[in-house]
Amino acid sequence: MTQAKNFAFGEDEKMLRDTARKFLQDNLPTDKLHQLVASDSDPYREPPCHWDKNLWLQIVELGWTTVIVPEKNGGSGMSLVALCALVEEAGRVALPSPFIATATASLVLRECDTGPANDLLQEIASGKTATLASTPKSASWLASDCDISLVDGKLSGSAYFVQDARKVDTLLVQCKTETGLALYAMPVGSEGVEIVADGIIDLTRDQAHIHFNNAAVCDAQLLSDEACNVLERAEPGILTLVSADICGAAEWQLQTTVEYMKVREQFDHPLGYFQALKHPLVNLMIMIDQAKSLTYNAACAIDSEPENAAKFARMAKASASEVAAFASNRSIQFHGGIGFTWECFVHLYSKRQKHNQVLYGDAKYQRAKLADLLMGPVAC
Amino acid sequence: MSQENKKDSLEQASFRTYCRDWLTQHDAGTPSTRLPQSAIEIMHPEQLDYLRKWQGEAYAAGLIGCDYPVAEGGGGRKDCQAIANQEMARAGKPFLPNILGLGMAAPTIHFHAQQALKERLLPGLFSCKDVWCQGFSEPGAGSDLANVQTFAERKGDKWIINGHKVWTSLAHFADWMILLLRTDKSSKYDGLSYFVVPIKSALGKGVTVQPLIKITGETGFNEVFFDNLEISDGYRLDEVGKGWKVAQTTLLHERGAGPMVTPSSGRGNSKASAVGDAYALINLAKDSTRDGQSAANDPLLRDQIMQMIIRQEGSKQGARRAKVEGLCEHPMRIPLQAKLVMSEVRQDNAAVAIDILGAHSTLYINDENAPAGGEWPLAYMNSYGITIAAGASEIQRNILGERVLGMAKSK
Repeated sequence: MTQAKNFAFGEDEKMLRDTARKFLQDNLPTDKLHQLVASDSDPYREPPCHWDKNLWLQIVELGWTTVIVPEKNGGSGMSLVALCALVEEAGRVALPSPFIATATASLVLRECDTGPANDLLQEIASGKTATLASTPKSASWLASDCDISLVDGKLSGSAYFVQDARKVDTLLVQCKTETGLALYAMPVGSEGVEIVADGIIDLTRDQAHIHFNNAAVCDAQLLSDEACNVLERAEPGILTLVSADICGAAEWQLQTTVEYMKVREQFDHPLGYFQALKHPLVNLMIMIDQAKSLTYNAACAIDSEPENAAKFARMAKASASEVAAFASNRSIQFHGGIGFTWECFVHLYSKRQKHNQVLYGDAKYQRAKLADLLMGPVAC
Repeated sequence: MSQENKKDSLEQASFRTYCRDWLTQHDAGTPSTRLPQSAIEIMHPEQLDYLRKWQGEAYAAGLIGCDYPVAEGGGGRKDCQAIANQEMARAGKPFLPNILGLGMAAPTIHFHAQQALKERLLPGLFSCKDVWCQGFSEPGAGSDLANVQTFAERKGDKWIINGHKVWTSLAHFADWMILLLRTDKSSKYDGLSYFVVPIKSALGKGVTVQPLIKITGETGFNEVFFDNLEISDGYRLDEVGKGWKVAQTTLLHERGAGPMVTPSSGRGNSKASAVGDAYALINLAKDSTRDGQSAANDPLLRDQIMQMIIRQEGSKQGARRAKVEGLCEHPMRIPLQAKLVMSEVRQDNAAVAIDILGAHSTLYINDENAPAGGEWPLAYMNSYGITIAAGASEIQRNILGERVLGMAKSK
């Protein structure tokens, strides 16, 4: 299988992306984002969950949740490259929404190939939101690791690091069964399901751990009885989406910092005159471009070169995680004293990026996994 | 089916088939001597003769100068040079020796010379009958290139040239030179003019070439002295005082960001061809040990190797993305990074190789026990040639920060 030369990014994808970019710029400029998510600076506040539901309803109207849902399930059946372009725009405005969580759930559901999974995909295309609840307390990213068990039709145990849990309608819950690992759909208000918000640094998303106390499930909720395989197949796409978010947010960090280099003057020169500031920002630009190229390459591989998808997605997330760290570091430092304050917008992005950096594995983790793929595992 | 041929135009597809057939049938032969790592390291006539013969045959077969007009000795094709390059690389053919001609002189002549001069010079450049070199840098004009002081004084329809060029790769073989010099001392940028100069025929008659020895111990680049060299005004490109503008065409192509695709081939099958590539580090680690254990088991080396593979793949995918306008923030953003990133990745690849080799990296090309013939430490030293030449990495970062990101010009 081979990839298209242009990453399969054609006129339709460009129009979708350009419309999204304008819509988000018009509706969520950074000052509005700051008002929305940063109203309370108290570090001991109750974990907030700030997002604009009306904006989300408009996003659903624009069809973003239909993009990778197959046409037979009521979606528009577009490429992962198209979805990536939308996620990059969401990252660029640091959008608080269930968009990426729901897209992640869609990636998992389209690997299930069961009636209930297809039904849920259809509902997602119509605006239902979902997130994946599978990570154990140890924060292992291995698809085989999970702390939830199914006994007599009831779920017991907990899922951790669940993204945007308080913005979604449905949880995709992985659990151990007598025969292996299964994936169930669980509406958030169900009896025996307790969502406990995490106090996180990022102001543009929410995260929770979820306790299941004998929460009953039925066969109609069984999305897959091969959950581990499903999650492993979905993983390259999940990594690629986070990478796209990082690239979009990093571009905002770069451009915002570059603008400050043009207007702030010291020693009778704009700051950009000084190579101690100019060159690191050029390095950041190069890193962003590498991560973005690798991200679209991974997305395109998932669509058309699946044998290389895992390898390219590891490369993308490794590269993007480095970008997340470096962009956040330099954007605060180069804003000087003002960059250290709550009122300066750069911390909103730095915090989102630090979350992105470690989500589903940081750069070192991805490189270790990539080395296993390219060099074979370390011999004992 | 390969990735490249999926989106070929009809012309490209049939040309690719032609190239592949010719390259399958054509044998470049075995060199009688060790080949250097790249064209700018060519030291001996035997190396040049072998490579020149190969370039001449590839040109005769239509694989070089494909996109130039037929009248200029080109193939008159559209977007076919990249196809020929891919196929020559795939076939593992040796590199092309006349790289300064193909990559810099040819596009500059094409865009700025009178028609008759193009028709006279380009066929011999493409075939490698004439070797070209580049007379830009001077002892006092390196990163600040516009400070060149080599001076041409007008005398009727002649010019009298006096001055000193340096870091001139291949000048010891060159028939021709592209020459940036000063025709007006009162204006820095507008005082420059651009010429093509037949230097071999002027050796001992106003031109002196002296070799410089590189940190590798190899020769290959030179100093060139001009002492009252008299040349015709017919060798001038563009107008008097427009030399800086013409030089931008040269530099843009030198950095891989120009509109004409530079003909390039593979890296042959010599020991030298094994070095430079990040994926080659995997086998290097598997063939190396640390305290008796495979170096491929060392988690820190594994991480370093993966970092290099990711950066190299990132550059490759960047070249692909640069062609998709909708996925680029600025049209020159990736093209102007190409030389900077490529040169630093190659340098760091070699540095990681040296880490992997450990004490064996102390063995050089003159030691029969050196792993890979000592080519990795040689490649490491040679890599500075690329991070310094054509605008040092620090100058490239200025250019990117100013032209792409729009920050204030640094001094």
